Amino acid sequence: MKELLIRAERCLGCRSCELACAVEHSTGKSLLSAINEDPRPQYRVHVTSDGNSSLPLQCRNCEDAPCLTACLTGALHQDARGIVLCNSDLCIGCWMCLMVCPFGIISQNNHERRIVKCDRCPDLEIPACVTACPSGALIYREIDQESREKRLDVLHQLLNSTL
Amino acid sequence: MKISEKVKSQSVDPASREILQLAADQDIETVWNRLEKQQPQCGFGELGLCCRICAMGPCRIDPFGEGAQKGACGATADTIVARHLIRMIAAGAAAHSDHGRRPALLLKEIAEGHNQDYTIIDPKKLKAIAGRLGLSTENRDIKELALEVATIALNDFGKQDEKTLAFVKAYTPKKRLERWQKIADNLSALSSKTIGILPRGIDREIVDIMHRTHFGVDHGPLSLIAQGVRASLGDGWGGSLIATELQDVIFGTPKIKEANANLGVLDKEQVNIVVHGHEPVLSEKIVEIAAGEKMQKLARAQGAKGVNVVGMCCTGNEILMRHGVPIAGNELQQELAIITGAVELMSVDVQCIFPALAELSQCFHTHFVATSDQAAFPGSIHIQFEEDKANFCAEKIVTMAIENFTSRKPERVQIPAVTNQAMVGFSVEAIIEALGGTPEPLLDAIKSGAIKGVVGIVGCNNPKVTHDFYHIELAKALIARDILVIGSGCWAIAAAKAGLMQIETAKDAGPGLQQVCKALNIPPCLHMGSCVDCSRMLVLAGALADTLGVDIDDLPLVGSAPEWLTEKAVSIGTYFVASGVSVHLWPMPPIAGGDQVMELLTETAEKVFGGAFFVEEDPLKAAEKMAEIIAKKRLALGLDS
Repeated sequence: MKELLIRAERCLGCRSCELACAVEHSTGKSLLSAINEDPRPQYRVHVTSDGNSSLPLQCRNCEDAPCLTACLTGALHQDARGIVLCNSDLCIGCWMCLMVCPFGIISQNNHERRIVKCDRCPDLEIPACVTACPSGALIYREIDQESREKRLDVLHQLLNSTL
Repeated sequence: MKISEKVKSQSVDPASREILQLAADQDIETVWNRLEKQQPQCGFGELGLCCRICAMGPCRIDPFGEGAQKGACGATADTIVARHLIRMIAAGAAAHSDHGRRPALLLKEIAEGHNQDYTIIDPKKLKAIAGRLGLSTENRDIKELALEVATIALNDFGKQDEKTLAFVKAYTPKKRLERWQKIADNLSALSSKTIGILPRGIDREIVDIMHRTHFGVDHGPLSLIAQGVRASLGDGWGGSLIATELQDVIFGTPKIKEANANLGVLDKEQVNIVVHGHEPVLSEKIVEIAAGEKMQKLARAQGAKGVNVVGMCCTGNEILMRHGVPIAGNELQQELAIITGAVELMSVDVQCIFPALAELSQCFHTHFVATSDQAAFPGSIHIQFEEDKANFCAEKIVTMAIENFTSRKPERVQIPAVTNQAMVGFSVEAIIEALGGTPEPLLDAIKSGAIKGVVGIVGCNNPKVTHDFYHIELAKALIARDILVIGSGCWAIAAAKAGLMQIETAKDAGPGLQQVCKALNIPPCLHMGSCVDCSRMLVLAGALADTLGVDIDDLPLVGSAPEWLTEKAVSIGTYFVASGVSVHLWPMPPIAGGDQVMELLTETAEKVFGGAFFVEEDPLKAAEKMAEIIAKKRLALGLDS
């Protein structure tokens, strides 16, 4: 299964991922219509910046997710892909999930006291934020492939340093 | 040759498809590939919500309301959208008006005897212009009169008083002039801040935009947009109009003639020179020099049958309109012409020229020659064009092309066997002449309902829209509804290539328009010139309004820029709307992020000027909407019940 990975050093802070996320979670699925929808669609990826570096952060969909354990009503559940989803009918806005989340990516739904979080775009082959990223800061690939490439990088670094 | 589905989605033009397929097969990069690599494009930019005006920025407004709703300075979405939109108008007005400055300066040089390479070809037009400007024309020395006209034109560019431009006063229908003054008075009263609409100086209104959009000056959407309107009027009824009128004086007013269009006008057996860009000053000379026996002989000595000069984009439209010089294509065909492998030299001046041509031409034998002091293209050959040495420069360029003929690689030559004939040259003067000397027959046809109305369509091409698709489908849908289509720029080239400018095409028009075309012996789509010649459409609209004794917004007229790309198009659209003609646009301009700006342009403008912008992606729906606007105007005029 593919995972959503971040190459923070490539993030330019353009926030294209945020716009694409909101559009994907809109009714009209186009930027021009999405900005006029009521309620306004919300993005679930957040470009977090300290003024020097940026990080496009979204739910990591942890396997042993702390939020799942913390959710008292059972609103949070894992689907077949292992993605943590929220049944908003059951969500009571207690924020236990936010409190235990190591990444701070649980947000409040902007029109009701319930949570909103990344669903990793169930209708898309590649999540919208990844497609929208112009600099390759967000990637979607098999972990095997990623780790193999990382190892190759290490090999090249070693070769270069010994030459 | 099998054309892939992808190529089919890029262009509807058969000649372009053939070369695009060739490019795809040989891995030659074109604008379509580069645009693809630009995806995804920035949503903030698309909505007009990114402000790059000061160094606190770039600031962006979150269109989903979660993040920042103000720039660092406090500018709102509407301020940001309006500022950037009118900067587009400033750039567009600058491009077309600066184009107009050149013939004005040249006319002065000719009049003063400083330039021997050009003359006054059309003294009758000069007198007509002088007459409009209120100059006495009886028994006047032509050069003396030319100097007076040129001086007034140049004064309109740089004058510092508060009075309205002389050319605007001379050409705009009286009712419209009064309307603009009234609008300015009303807006000033409403906002308790002076707001001007009538342009005072062509250059000044552009500088004014740059000033008021500078950090910390004007932040009111209405105030900003009003200045955009003012600068656009200085372009449409000023700079652009001066360009058209004075070019007619120097090079001749276009008359109706036949010409060929599309890449097939390149000739396998001749030296091919493509003149690309916008101004006629150099291209006229290249046409003249190349046709001379000296150059033709030189070409034969190199083994060619002769020299074949063809146009591209609007400099092509200029020489097409005046001399019937064949036109190789519109904006999206500039790279394709080189890929045919049959172009010895492409000479360019200003506007709409891809810098990519330099690298592309290096993959072929083509010399890519830049000529303007305003336009450098890294990788090009630069031959500086100077008007007082015009013959010399043109001869140098033509000779260079001829000497390059032997470098052509015959195995790389692929010229699509595609051209179409077109009836062109419909200046306002030519139209009036075709009508028998007065606009009455056209008005009668409109009154009787044989022609429901007139739609003016202007270029560009934009690879976001299938090349030529919208231009052609919209024109076809309109003529079928008995709506006469006039236009300029890249639209006119698209229509010529598609055969829409042939007498026989009248058969595809509605019964009323068909009859009118037959009676007047004109096609249902009229080529009125280059994009700077949109002023011809204004002048025609003015003539119709004056003859009927109404204002322009009373007339059943609509404008459209269905494949627009340049900032010039933003200025054109704005001066049409401000002149009382509703304008359709596609693609969507970068304004959707500003609700107030959207309302001003799509609704308030209708109440104030009698015309507004509308956006529509589908050509048939756009035609339907235009027919509705026309029907409404006809009803108000009492033409239909």
